[in-house]
Amino acid sequence: MPVLTYRDALNQALREEMARNQDVFLMGEEVGAYQGAYKVSRGLLEEFGPMRVVDSPITELGFAGVGVGAAMAGLRPVIEFMTWNFALLAIDQIVNSAAKMLYMSGGQVPIPIVFRGPGGAALMLAAQHSQSFEAWYAHVPGLKVVTPATPADAKGLLKSAIRDDNPVIFIEGEMLYNQKGEVPEGEHLIPLGVADIKRPGTDVTIVAHAKMVAVALKAAEELEKEGVSAEVVDPRTLRPLDLPTILESVRKTNRCVIVEEGWPLAGIGASVVDGIQREAFDDLDAPVLRVTGADVPMPYNRQLEKLAKPDAAKVVAAAKRVLYLAQG
Amino acid sequence: MEALSPTMEEGRLVAWKKKEGDAVKAGETLAEVETDKAVMELVAREDGVLRKIVLGEGATVPVGALVAIVGGKDEDISLVLPPTSPAPVVGGGLSRGAGAAPGTAKAPAAAATPAPATVAAPSLHPAPSHPTPGSSRVRSSPLARRLAAERGLDLRLVPGTGPAGRITKRDVDAAGAAVRPAAAAPAAPALAVVPGMAAPPGGVRDVPLTTMRKTIARRLVESIGPVPHFYLTSEIEMERAWEARAHLAGLGDAYKVSFNDLIVKAVALALRQHPAVNASFLEDRIRYHGDVHVGMAVAVEDGLITPVIRHADRKGLLEIAAEAKTLAERARARRLTPEEYTGATFSVSNLGMFDIDEFTAVINPPEAGILAVGRIAQRAVVADGQLAVRRTMRVTMSCDHRVVDGATGAKFLQTVKLMLENPLAMLL
Repeated sequence: MPVLTYRDALNQALREEMARNQDVFLMGEEVGAYQGAYKVSRGLLEEFGPMRVVDSPITELGFAGVGVGAAMAGLRPVIEFMTWNFALLAIDQIVNSAAKMLYMSGGQVPIPIVFRGPGGAALMLAAQHSQSFEAWYAHVPGLKVVTPATPADAKGLLKSAIRDDNPVIFIEGEMLYNQKGEVPEGEHLIPLGVADIKRPGTDVTIVAHAKMVAVALKAAEELEKEGVSAEVVDPRTLRPLDLPTILESVRKTNRCVIVEEGWPLAGIGASVVDGIQREAFDDLDAPVLRVTGADVPMPYNRQLEKLAKPDAAKVVAAAKRVLYLAQG
Repeated sequence: MEALSPTMEEGRLVAWKKKEGDAVKAGETLAEVETDKAVMELVAREDGVLRKIVLGEGATVPVGALVAIVGGKDEDISLVLPPTSPAPVVGGGLSRGAGAAPGTAKAPAAAATPAPATVAAPSLHPAPSHPTPGSSRVRSSPLARRLAAERGLDLRLVPGTGPAGRITKRDVDAAGAAVRPAAAAPAAPALAVVPGMAAPPGGVRDVPLTTMRKTIARRLVESIGPVPHFYLTSEIEMERAWEARAHLAGLGDAYKVSFNDLIVKAVALALRQHPAVNASFLEDRIRYHGDVHVGMAVAVEDGLITPVIRHADRKGLLEIAAEAKTLAERARARRLTPEEYTGATFSVSNLGMFDIDEFTAVINPPEAGILAVGRIAQRAVVADGQLAVRRTMRVTMSCDHRVVDGATGAKFLQTVKLMLENPLAMLL
């Protein structure tokens, strides 16, 4: 199987879907001539021309709205945000137009649109450019939220997102673009709403999505050295959330730690805990713990930024607490 | 709370021997404390005045907990005084304040004063007291409750090792292993009800675990779990032993020995002859013991303890008899010192007095074996092709297979049999 970067896996998904269906087009800042701020759209302008790879002005609300309108008219837009921080300007189009249209038209007007771009912190980009917004979008009925962690997932999920008739929030990772992995060629489709066991284990379940999957896997390696077998479950899609797969794992391990990059209050993990305590209450041997980003605007200072992000050591510590291997 | 025995993890304050304000001298007894095996004396380490009694009689605390304050007459003790009403905590070390929650990032306090918490953990209550006997609140995980219900265990009898004494799956598993065999045993044909144990008709009677019962449970689970047992049974003719004992008794009270004394002596001599059995399995090696110390299981109220007859192979029968009698009495009075009940290299457990024909005993680690002794009874045997009536005794040896193999144990048992069937051989 070919080894691709996450960036090129996305590029492949876009290229294949644009070739497959001429209604699919890409629009955003610098996606054409510059080939994307993170080079995800490399070669697409050349291959599909300026009608289908559209450079927009710096107007997030504007081009998001154009995208929603195009979707209403029957096209399948892929709207790239340079990062999800800038999409705050477009959130009215996403939440009030894209997410509501099917419902408010009595099912007459589907919005088959994908909004995509990198989310979460990179490195020393400070408070305004280091934010994880998946919980915001996952809150909204009418949206789907996808957070691929690996190149293969990136390709398979983006292809499914483009074919989906609902607005899909597709959150990538700036720090993930260079990650390499095996990616199946051609028709590699991963259905939305299906979690993936990234590492099987028996003693504790670690639920993590996007960049945090790598953190969870590293923690699992550390735990293995101490004889603890951790299972890493990646929901991949946050809305709809594949609770059955998470529950199956928790029923096996009796313990769970949830890792997310975002803030703790009303975070993704809070919803996962809700499902676990309700559906697997009698299988729990310890309270479910969460490892989240610190409840602060992201510090610019490198050391403070490091402290504010979840890392493997924090996940290991939380896992030991649910295993009663550490007091506290 | 001082560690008053090598295995003591917590102690129950039985009685104070001094009052607040009493002058005490180093070495004087302050209080009596029940450890996992015996009632011991807690003595003053310095001259001074017993300024404050922190722990009430009947309370149980872990080793290291504050029990009382001895100081100068006018010394300021406010700094070492615990804050108001110090609840004795079992399974201590739970306070979360000092040891920074894992992953707590002390991020800069932003102007908006958000809390710098990285791990959004459910706040565990800071070290509440262990449920005392009589309190109905039992902290347990949902899984532990479900497992206990499935296994018919009463959670109030399961010691919890989780935060704040929470009972977890691990605790239920440990308790299950200890409780199940007893539960499976057929009810004894009780003619006379054993006092103190009777439950009201139609009701139940729950008795919290004593420190000793907890220790027995933990030790036995430690043994039957990791120690691979196998069992060898032999029937020993006791006619000559019977005659010898009767003969000795005829010489006067000073010459009275019990069958158990004979058995201890025979076992000790056999251990000397079979050093492979006088051994212990350690994680990476087998340790052979140069001395022969025979433990003898003694039933005491609500438990058992195994006092040790040291150098039993070198002691005469009368010496063994006298020592066994004293040790058994001290054991029943709960007055054994740790030196008196630790260090055996092999044990003997005798249930003959309870009319048990034969049974198997659980090894007391790190010993490699234990001999379970049944009653001596007249039984029909075939001797020289003829049916005959003989006094016989059945013994079953439990062996730690990591140390003792079948043939090794069998040869040892042959020697024991030879000694007991021919008591004169013990003179050699």
